[in-house]
Amino acid sequence: MTSTSNPKSKYNVVGTSPIRHDVLGRVTGKAKYGVDLRLTGMLFGKTLRSPHAHARIRKIDTSKAEAHPGVRAVVTTSDMPIVNDEVADFGETMANYRLLAELCLANGKVLYKGHAVAAVAADDIHIAEEALDLIEVEYEVLPPVLTVQQAMAEGAPLLHEVMTTRDVAARFTRGTDTGVASNIASRIVFQGGDPEAAFKNSDVVVEREFNTKMVHQGYIEPHNETAFWAPDGHLTIWTSTQGAFGVRTQISKTLGLPEAHVKVIPMEVGGGFGGKIRSYMGPTAALLSKKTGRPVKIVMNRKEVFESSGPTSGSNMRAKIGANKDGKITAAEVYLAYEAGAYPGSPVAAGASTCLSPYNLENFFVEGLDVVVNKPQVSAYRAPGSPGAALAVETVIDEVAEKLGIDPIDFRLKNATKEGDRQVSGVVFPRIGCVEVEEAIKNSDHYNTPLEGKNRGRGTAMGWWFNGGNASTAMVTVNSDGTVGLVTGSVDLAGTRTAISMQVAEVLGITPDEIYPSVGDTDSIGWTGPSGGSRTTFSTGIAAIQATNLVLDEMKKRAALLWETQPDDVTFENNSFISNKNSEDTISFKDLAGKLMGTGGPVSASSTSNPTQVGSAFGGHICDVEVDTDTGKVTVLRYTALQDVGQAAHQSYCESQVQGGAVQGIGWALNEEYYYTDDGTMANSTFLDYRMPTTLDLPMIDTILVEVPNPGHPFGIRGVGEVPIVPPLAAVANAIADAIGVRLTELPMNPGSILAALKDKK
Amino acid sequence: MQAVNTYLRGGVALQDFEFLSPKTIEEAVSIKAAAGNKARALAGGTDVLVQLKVGRFDIDQLIDMKNIPELNELSFSESDGLTIGAAVPCYKIYEDPTVRSSYPCIVDSSELIGSIQIQGRASLGGNVVNSSPSGDSLPSLIALNGSAVIQGTSGTRSVPLEEFFTGPGRNVMTEDELLVSLNFPAPSKNSGAAFLRFIPRNEMDIAVANVASSVTLTADGKNFESARISIGAVGPTPYFAKDAGDLLAGQEVNDENIAKAAEAAKKYASPITDMRGTIEQRIHLVGVLTKRTLDIAIQRARG
Repeated sequence: MTSTSNPKSKYNVVGTSPIRHDVLGRVTGKAKYGVDLRLTGMLFGKTLRSPHAHARIRKIDTSKAEAHPGVRAVVTTSDMPIVNDEVADFGETMANYRLLAELCLANGKVLYKGHAVAAVAADDIHIAEEALDLIEVEYEVLPPVLTVQQAMAEGAPLLHEVMTTRDVAARFTRGTDTGVASNIASRIVFQGGDPEAAFKNSDVVVEREFNTKMVHQGYIEPHNETAFWAPDGHLTIWTSTQGAFGVRTQISKTLGLPEAHVKVIPMEVGGGFGGKIRSYMGPTAALLSKKTGRPVKIVMNRKEVFESSGPTSGSNMRAKIGANKDGKITAAEVYLAYEAGAYPGSPVAAGASTCLSPYNLENFFVEGLDVVVNKPQVSAYRAPGSPGAALAVETVIDEVAEKLGIDPIDFRLKNATKEGDRQVSGVVFPRIGCVEVEEAIKNSDHYNTPLEGKNRGRGTAMGWWFNGGNASTAMVTVNSDGTVGLVTGSVDLAGTRTAISMQVAEVLGITPDEIYPSVGDTDSIGWTGPSGGSRTTFSTGIAAIQATNLVLDEMKKRAALLWETQPDDVTFENNSFISNKNSEDTISFKDLAGKLMGTGGPVSASSTSNPTQVGSAFGGHICDVEVDTDTGKVTVLRYTALQDVGQAAHQSYCESQVQGGAVQGIGWALNEEYYYTDDGTMANSTFLDYRMPTTLDLPMIDTILVEVPNPGHPFGIRGVGEVPIVPPLAAVANAIADAIGVRLTELPMNPGSILAALKDKK
Repeated sequence: MQAVNTYLRGGVALQDFEFLSPKTIEEAVSIKAAAGNKARALAGGTDVLVQLKVGRFDIDQLIDMKNIPELNELSFSESDGLTIGAAVPCYKIYEDPTVRSSYPCIVDSSELIGSIQIQGRASLGGNVVNSSPSGDSLPSLIALNGSAVIQGTSGTRSVPLEEFFTGPGRNVMTEDELLVSLNFPAPSKNSGAAFLRFIPRNEMDIAVANVASSVTLTADGKNFESARISIGAVGPTPYFAKDAGDLLAGQEVNDENIAKAAEAAKKYASPITDMRGTIEQRIHLVGVLTKRTLDIAIQRARG
């Protein structure tokens, strides 16, 4: 493994760009993803899914399927133990275990097209598919609601007869029950000052309404789960998941098993972006395995991934912002209604909490509604909830700046939040890099290069994301040759094995390739939250650093033993243990590693982190576009993404995270959407028609890393992965407005909608 | 199989069928005639295998056409024009020097079907038989006045491509017939043709609208002698927009006349609104693409 040095970094390892430990497996196809699993006696499962968006299940008759040769078992909701209401923080979203059980196998009603109704285990996948045709389901079709406006309309059909609206005060809280039956699952409000009065006294007020469509994370690898229910009642699940412990909890709760009886083995993951936190088929595969006594594997196809996994919300939003001629924002009002999909849990609270964070405001009112509709239940997607809300706020900000005749970045700088300012939720900002990012935009080559040419325009936008802390466990073991084993509970989505190893290497003064990292299963490592919330390199890194320090403490005792002195008299620096009493007594880490067996036995240590000083992140993007006004097609000419990454842990991974987020955001802005027909069918459930950008649709995404160290991490690391998807929607919209003089307020801004907007302009 | 079950299957597994590799067209025709709709022809397989996977139709036999000599022919002569065997893959077509120099419009189409990998397998013959309204080669083949050579139990016949398509996935071929080749007249002097497709992305997409225009100019390049315009993805079949081309005949080459032709081509469009585009957008695009393809075709005709 080669390590590149980084003269900018004050560290030896942290801030460089070594090649990832798992690179050979990844590029040669040898890495084991969930789909690669083959077990002796394994059966193949397939899910029968609802052809209706909203219907009552009258009857399910599985007898013909059960009698079909080669079919070993069929399960429906009647095989699922009764699960009680229990709500918990589930990674980046809230979850109710009863509803998660219904999500896995519909109970009484189907709530979206693609909702799982039954599943079959058979000798091969062909037989399983044939058997699905033999399951007879009698539906009473009900009218679907497909948008938040439809769902909130007077007399709209209710998805959940027992559901009432809850008032919540903050993210990840359950709130108080209003007792009002409705499709609005919850309402969150943040307010401060007197926005009404402030708007009246403003020189400029801009208000716009926005509509966006449901979009998918678009990971390449489909969901997969394999279960084996052993005769002793212990269940093993193999799955490509972002978090093995969350899957263990979900499965133990839905199946009524003690957690210790469920072992989840995380396989490599081919993309998650928040969508692989929940288990969709684990309980089903487990029930099929219990019935057959054999391992059962279920893999989704692409259509199932689109229709039956967890995309992110479409929305209806309004943003109103006032300002004075001197460029000070007077007040802001934001209304967000987010589609939750079939079950409560849209990320609207996060949208409400984040969208005004780049601005220090006295007067504000933010309202967020979580609304159920007959579409798949949304899951987390990279800074969940924040990009949509940022589209609303950041385009209105741009328009206010335009009306005031102030440069949009100058306008933002005049109102920028700093350490000590309060978020709308009341939380006080610690050390943040909002101003630094905005100043970096102003100083960038991109922003200082004039954009010339017809129908071309430039847009900028900011974004903020909390970043997650959450608990992690890491175990560090010293090998006799001086290399180090590192086991964490963090699934590696993006090179975190290496980014965490680098922190261990930094502490020990060795190179990252002397660390051997692996990802543990739920029986072999302590509880670790999912790899999500931009937390893994930060939080699991802290656990690994702590464990490394424990190892060093023990090794100081061994050195003291060798030198017949006290451990307190031994220090560790520059990769060596040194006696404070006798300067000739020194021993390198590697040499001492070879003497452990003779000085008391092997050394390993485990540590858990649960950091509270999470470093949140600001990003700011600059986008240049050209619009073909004949066809409505937008070409992104140049794109620069700037971000406060704290101390960059791994330089090139930081850059590629920022690029990846920007690209997903550009796709969301321009062409991606769940295209629904009136009966609730997603008409474009293929990668052909769900138009994610390809490399041919994008310029090089330039990155500028702004490094404002996070005081909450020993090396100053912040989370990086999520915030880069926040600014692009608005940056692209602002660029299009600059190019053609029309402000589009609906996503996607595809050629058809641009043509329509141009026509309206005329 | 019912439509609802096609949806539920979603295609993980390919259905069972017998794979046959006849060496002569006669042998292939007899297989097809015996099995009717229960047999499909396979050239590149880029459509048919996907359709089998998603359960678009149930078959007993798949007839591999790639070992039949006539279907691999790619030849040109001044007297007979260009013959493209029905199984010749796109890459062989667009890499052929004669096609590149004399039929750039066919190159326009065959270079943008699918991806490079798809072009290694996919054939224009397959594109024709698949008869998708949005087929990316179809407007070019119609604008170039091509015809389909079809063989069945009662012999061989030639059908002009402008009369070939009858509906989405449907055409004039009967159950016992197979496509042998596509035939195009040798290009006349001072002629040129071009094809453009509009997609929201730059590759890997299905046409929102596509148009091919072919023109023959007077020797001085100032007037149209004749023109043929064909439009796709804006109706149940690709259309030959005859009036749009005819109104250019004898007219001066100028923006005004080109705009008139573009308006005339739009009248042929009868699109639907779906996830790929709206009615309004598609009709508008026919006008834009007609103008743009005529501009390129004129440039090419003037050399």
